[in-house]
Amino acid sequence: MSHAWRPLFVVIGLVALILVVRAIIVPADFQAKNGDYKYQWHRVGNEEDWKNFKVKYQGRDYCKDCHSAQYGQATSSKHALVQCENCHGPAIEHPVNPAKLTIDKSRELCLRCHAKLPYRPAVYAGLPAGPIPLKMQDGEQHNPGIECVTCHDVHRAGFKGGK
Amino acid sequence: MKLTRRELLKMGFISVAGTVIPLSALEILKPEAFASLKHSKKKRWGFVVDATKCVGCGMCVKACKLENEVPFESNVSRTWVERYVVTKDGDVIIDSPKEARYGFIKNDPQGKKIKDEDIVKGFFVPKLCNQCDKPSCVQVCPVGATYKTEDGVVLVDRTWCIGCGYCVQNCPYGARFFHPVYNTAEKCTFCYHRITKGMKAACVDACAFGARKIGLINDPQSEVHKIINTERVAVLKPEFGNEPQVFYIGLDHIVR
Repeated sequence: MSHAWRPLFVVIGLVALILVVRAIIVPADFQAKNGDYKYQWHRVGNEEDWKNFKVKYQGRDYCKDCHSAQYGQATSSKHALVQCENCHGPAIEHPVNPAKLTIDKSRELCLRCHAKLPYRPAVYAGLPAGPIPLKMQDGEQHNPGIECVTCHDVHRAGFKGGK
Repeated sequence: MKLTRRELLKMGFISVAGTVIPLSALEILKPEAFASLKHSKKKRWGFVVDATKCVGCGMCVKACKLENEVPFESNVSRTWVERYVVTKDGDVIIDSPKEARYGFIKNDPQGKKIKDEDIVKGFFVPKLCNQCDKPSCVQVCPVGATYKTEDGVVLVDRTWCIGCGYCVQNCPYGARFFHPVYNTAEKCTFCYHRITKGMKAACVDACAFGARKIGLINDPQSEVHKIINTERVAVLKPEFGNEPQVFYIGLDHIVR
């Protein structure tokens, strides 16, 4: 009779082994939140991992205290909704890391918004003062080869030295 | 055996009730059905894209890639901007060169030179993960590496992902890809590290045109709530039944 039971013991042993291995490999906090195996079956600790991901873009208020002059100019100009970090790059932990931010002064950066495209919305409605025409230029015709900042003051959204 | 009509009807009713009621009772007891009872009051992140405001500057893509450490020069991105141009001949030209991380600065859809007068209409459509309420990408994950958080954001556990790619294929929106460094499934997280700290997503901050908005869908104070409940919004590919939570203003029928 015993030889007939032997395969059963082997199977029971295998199942026990698999359960032990599973208990070791699967993290303790692996669970189905709200009993939802379809969409919330996961390692719960990973939610914290994502929450602790490093913030790089700090937002304009981060610049306000040290660069108050430029901040004041920019926020009262037609570039009021353009973040400092759009042109200056992410602040991360500036001034510690990085000590200096790189400024993108290329024509290509300005043309991202100001290139004349036939299907680009012609009206800019972002400002509280009301809608204004979106300034668009043909990059190949309008002083090619010269940086826009040669004549234009980006912080004031006007001409350098002018009004 | 003698059986009266009354007894027959009684037994018939009991047996029908016995098969039908337990089935419906089990349906109610299903965890996800039970959880959805209080769903309407749940905290849930949502997104509004006003496609009529997008000028295709691609600042959102740049900010997203730098914020979320997706290598800038790699040809993958968590968010991207598509350009749609319809010509007089009826052609629809769709492109998104380098995911628009350098924006659109020339009228050269798919590298073609098109005269202004030949264009019937054209516009830009920003795209990102739709953080679906019924995410098909999560359903197919064989190891539980991707999941929906309680506030409705779909995340990927990089330590647990085996890189099988089922989710990448199962997203109807093409929002998933492999991270070039970690080689695991990667997707937009709605900047979970920012929104849980009271900040806005990096792409929302970077947009100078107000084309992107993020907020709690069920919070009557949030702008997203107001727009979804008072304006005419649409979602992408509703026929897939994923219940996407990114709502578009000014969505054209040619957008797919």
